[in-house]
Amino acid sequence: MLVLAFDTATAAVTVALSEGTSGGVRLRAESNAVDRRRHAEVLAPAIATVLDEAGVTRADLTDIAVGVGPGPYTGLRVGLTTARALGAVLGIPVHGVCTLDVLAWQSGRTGPFVAATDARRKEVYWASYASARERAGGPAVGKPAEAAEPGLPAIGEGALLYADTLAGQEPALPSAAALADLVITRLAGGEGPDLLEPVPLYLRKPDAREPGPRKRVTQP
Amino acid sequence: MKDEPLVLGIETSCDETGVGIVRGHTLLADAIASSVDEHARFGGVVPEVASRAHLEAMTPTVERALTDAGVTLNDIDAIAVTAGPGLAGALLVGVAAAKAYSLGLGKPLYGVNHLAAHVAVDQLEHGALPKPCVALLVSGGHSSLLLVPDVASDVRPLGATVDDAAGEAFDKVARVLDLGFPGGPYIDRAAREGDPGSVFFPRGKYDDGTYDFSFSGLKTAVARWVEARERAGEPVPVADVAAAFQEAVVDVLTKKAIAACKDNGVSHLLVGGGVAANSRLRALAQERCDKAGIELRVPRPKLCTDNGAMVAALGSELVAAGLAPSDLGLPADSSLPITQVLV
Ligand SMILES: [Zn+2]
Repeated sequence: MLVLAFDTATAAVTVALSEGTSGGVRLRAESNAVDRRRHAEVLAPAIATVLDEAGVTRADLTDIAVGVGPGPYTGLRVGLTTARALGAVLGIPVHGVCTLDVLAWQSGRTGPFVAATDARRKEVYWASYASARERAGGPAVGKPAEAAEPGLPAIGEGALLYADTLAGQEPALPSAAALADLVITRLAGGEGPDLLEPVPLYLRKPDAREPGPRKRVTQP
Repeated sequence: MKDEPLVLGIETSCDETGVGIVRGHTLLADAIASSVDEHARFGGVVPEVASRAHLEAMTPTVERALTDAGVTLNDIDAIAVTAGPGLAGALLVGVAAAKAYSLGLGKPLYGVNHLAAHVAVDQLEHGALPKPCVALLVSGGHSSLLLVPDVASDVRPLGATVDDAAGEAFDKVARVLDLGFPGGPYIDRAAREGDPGSVFFPRGKYDDGTYDFSFSGLKTAVARWVEARERAGEPVPVADVAAAFQEAVVDVLTKKAIAACKDNGVSHLLVGGGVAANSRLRALAQERCDKAGIELRVPRPKLCTDNGAMVAALGSELVAAGLAPSDLGLPADSSLPITQVLV
C-alpha cells in the first residue's frame, strides 16, 4: 500500500508519501510548508517533489488521503479538488479524514483533550477527544470559550492563538505524515476515526444575503 | 487532422464549470455545469456559492466531456485552464484541478487568459482568426475592446469599461424592471415587443474619442425614469424601457468597435462574451459592419458565454505556436492583465 496524503485546511500545506507494510507504516518522503495564502501554488509542486524524492511514479500509488477540514474554504478546496482529480486520473480511492482528527492522531495523547484550528473571525474549528484515536464531540465552529473544557489541554493553532482560553499546546498544524499513518492504520483494520468521503466540512453557510426591496436612486 | 494534439480546457472563472475538448480547430466536447440558478435569488453571483459548486461539478464535468468526445483521459495531450481574470476562489478550483490532471497524466499545463480564450473560441466555428482582428468582449464580468494581432502571443487592450460591465448593467436594469436574473436574456426578450425610440437614454462616453465604456450613468438614468413613472402612479412600459436601454448599450458598443477597426485599419471584428448572445447587438453590429465594409464574426451563443471549449481552443493555439507550458506553481490571478495570454 502506497499512500499519497495531503492537507490544506490550515495555514500548512503538508504532503507525505507513506508505505504500509506488514511491519507498520514507513514514511518515504514529506514536504511541509506554511503559506496561508498560496496553497494552490505550493501543493502541486510539493506533490511532484515528494514523489520524486521517494523515487515513486504516479502509477505506483494505491490510495490518496486528504484532509477534509474544517478549515478556511479556499485552501480546503484546493486540497479536495486536487485529491478528487488525482483519484480520477489514477483510478485509485480517495479517503477523506477530518483535519482535527489528524491533529489528534499526531498528538499521540492518551487522555482527553480538545483540538482547535483557526477559523478566523475570532472563532475556532474544534472537536473534543477521549484520546488521540477517539473523537468524543464535534467538529464544530465557535468562539474559543465554547471549545474550552475546564482542566483539559487543547492542541492546534486555534488553541495556541487563544492560549488564554484554551491552554494551547503543540502540535500547532497537521502533518500529512500523521494523516497517511491514520489512513494506513484504518485500512489495515486498526482502530481510529472514520474515513470519510472527500467532501469538505464547511460548517458555515456561505455569506450571502437575499436582496431586500430594490433600492431607489431618487428620493421620494 | 488526427495528429494535432488533443487539448482539455477547464474554465471556472465565474459561475460556469466548463470543460471542453478540442483537436486543432475541431470541437469535440463542450460540457458545462452552471450554478446560475443558485445565484438567482441573490440577484448576482455569490463567489462562495460559485466556488462550492465548482468543486462539486469539477470531476463529473470532466468525465462528461470525455464521454461526449469519445476519448479517455490518457488520450489527452495537454491541459489548459483559465488562470484569470475572474473570481479568485472560483479560479483556484479550476487551477488546482488542472494541475492535478497535468501531474497525474504527466502532460503539459497551460494557464491561460480568460479574455483571450473568448477570442480564440471563434476558431472552432469560423476557422483560423484573421491577423489582426479587433475583438469586442462583453459579459457580466467584462467589457473590453482588444486589438489582436495574434491571439497566442499578442493581445493589446484598446479600451474597457470604467465602471459597470455591460452584462452587469443588463442585470441591474432587469431588476429595476422586475425581470429575472441574469438580466440579458430577459431584457432581450422584453425588448422585442418594445419601441427603442420611445425613450432616449444617455450614452456614456459616446463621443469622448476613447475606446472606453461607461454604463453606470445609463443604469441610473433608467432607474430614475422608472421611479418617476411609479411615483406618478403611471404604469411602466417595460418593453419600451427594455428596448430603449438595450439600444443605448448596443449603440455605444458597436460605435466604438467599428471606430476601433477603422482607426487601426482592421477589417475583421469579433464579438464575444455572454452579451454577444443579445439579438439586438448581433443585428446592429452586422448592420454597421456591412456599412463599414468590415467582416463580422460572432460565435454561436453557447460558445459566447463562458465555457471550457474556449480555454481548450486557446490552449490548442498555444501548443501549435510551440510556446513553453506553465509551471506547476502556476498562480490564479483574479486581475490577470489581458496582455498576458499565457501565464
Ligand atoms: Zn467571460
